[in-house]
Amino acid sequence: MSQPLLTLHVADKRFQSRRIIDGVSFDIQPGEIISLLGPSGCGKSTLLRVIAGLDTDYRGTVRVKGAAPHLHSPDVGFIFQEPRLLPWLTVADNVGFDAGPGGGRNPRVKELLAEVGLADFADAYPKQLSGGMAQRAAIARGLFAQPSLLLLDEPFSAVDAFTRMRLQDLLLSLAARHGTTLLLVTHDIDEAAYLSDRILVMSANPGRIAGELRVDPQRPRDRADPRLVRVQTQALALLHGERLDYLDLSDELAARPHAAAPVDFASLSFAV
Amino acid sequence: MSKVSTLDAALAPADGLGGGQFGGRVVAGRILAQFRGWVVPVVLVAAWEVVVRFGWVSAHLLPPPSELVATLIELAGSGDLFSHVVVSSARVLAGFAIGAMLALLIGAAVGLSRALEAYLDPTFQALRAIPSLAWVPLLLLWLGIDEAPKITLIAIGAFFPVYLNLVAGIKNVDRKLVEVGGIFGLKGWRLIVRIFLPASLPNLLTGLRSGLSLAWMFLVAAELIAATRGLGYLLTDGRETARADLVIVAIVVLALLGKLSDSLLQLAERRLLVWRDVYDSGR
Ligand SMILES: Nc1ncnc2c1ncn2[C@@H]1O[C@H](COP(=O)(O)OP(=O)(O)OP(=O)(O)O)[C@@H](O)[C@H]1O
Ligand SMILES: [Mg+2]
Repeated sequence: MSQPLLTLHVADKRFQSRRIIDGVSFDIQPGEIISLLGPSGCGKSTLLRVIAGLDTDYRGTVRVKGAAPHLHSPDVGFIFQEPRLLPWLTVADNVGFDAGPGGGRNPRVKELLAEVGLADFADAYPKQLSGGMAQRAAIARGLFAQPSLLLLDEPFSAVDAFTRMRLQDLLLSLAARHGTTLLLVTHDIDEAAYLSDRILVMSANPGRIAGELRVDPQRPRDRADPRLVRVQTQALALLHGERLDYLDLSDELAARPHAAAPVDFASLSFAV
Repeated sequence: MSKVSTLDAALAPADGLGGGQFGGRVVAGRILAQFRGWVVPVVLVAAWEVVVRFGWVSAHLLPPPSELVATLIELAGSGDLFSHVVVSSARVLAGFAIGAMLALLIGAAVGLSRALEAYLDPTFQALRAIPSLAWVPLLLLWLGIDEAPKITLIAIGAFFPVYLNLVAGIKNVDRKLVEVGGIFGLKGWRLIVRIFLPASLPNLLTGLRSGLSLAWMFLVAAELIAATRGLGYLLTDGRETARADLVIVAIVVLALLGKLSDSLLQLAERRLLVWRDVYDSGR
């Protein structure tokens, strides 16, 4: 196996002596797409911040391309949980921010804006956008920079279902074209199964890795692929705190996705 | 800029309901609304004229508006007014430029560097506590009675609002936006130019506007004390020759110049801050 793009071992991360993360370790290979799934408050955003070098106050070792994470690294991009557009720049200049002042004139900006459905808003200011539109602009900005590792914190949570599917496919095609590695935090189990090579499921208080799921089907995938449905069931079970070996994971089950899943949906306590 | 904000519309349902049918009335109402501010001054000036004409107040102490206009025309005709205005404006411009420029440099440095803040900010806070007119005797002692003490005093006046607002503005830049800059590889100078400065621009402009109005105030102080030209001198001259009309004309001209220069900055503010998402922006 090649050298991992990211090796992460966070032994201990606290906020004011409250332990948020307790021994989370994983590696990511170049070109992989990984989803991080877990209940609200389990430390997903915190992990992304550690990888981006925005948070250095933890015990453990993290390496991106063999070097400690540091802000200003051109290797790591970040699409935040909130849009965080710069209010004084037009949408186009926000998207092209990485290209320097006046980056909005870069031809790729126009393409990306069209792809996220904001072609008519290139010259608008962020205050003129709705929440979902702002988030789409932020996604375009993150994709424009073409880092080797793109961190995405619930990037599609503020957009409608149809747009979300389009953006997911856009993300996949751009990642494939540029060989971008993706680490994506999401609450959407369908999304995790559809996009990822691997899903890391976390549990909370303190944040730990509860389990890891491989998603095998080749891309392009069919969203209704029963194998994806099976992964979703497994992920739900992990989120629900069950251990995988108690589950019937036979292909027989997977072939009949409507069979009663061994999970009590009503008692799920995480935010979807 | 002439849009009626949504809130205005909500507060004035009669106008809002009008739609196409009452469009004309709405426009007329809007034009009227712009002149609402003139009602009180016009009534006051008229009352003033009447009161003096009927001899209820001595025209010597309170010259009627008609006489003021005559004085103004006479002053303007002889070119005196123009030269006073030029002298005063030049002083304000010079003092304001120097004060604001220093405030910009020092404020940016103090806002951005914790170490510099620790060294410098307490000193500036202490200096700020000095009532500015207390500087006057010292400045006269040190710098003589020429232009230097006047411009220095004006610069001191303009410095503090700009400095304080800029430092506060930089301190209040949203951490989340600074992180965005960091993620996109910005640091040092480029981070300052692309994130900190635009983000604190609203504060800076507020500071510049109050700095400018203080500059006019300090100009008057400086010219009242020692000057042979300028609008402050006109005030002194009017008092010494017992010509209230000169004093009042000087006051009115000062007010106009102050308002004019502030309007210019306000215009710049509007253009530079179109992106701002604030309650007042719909006007
Ligand atoms: N700056 C901070 N100061 C103190 N506590 C913090 C801070 N940031 C996060 N936390 C705490 O750390 C925990 C993990 O936060 P984090 O934002 O990583 O959660 P998350 O998994 O991303 O949740 P969500 O799915 O709701 O976004 C939370 O319990 C939160 O209270
Ligand atoms: Mg989060």
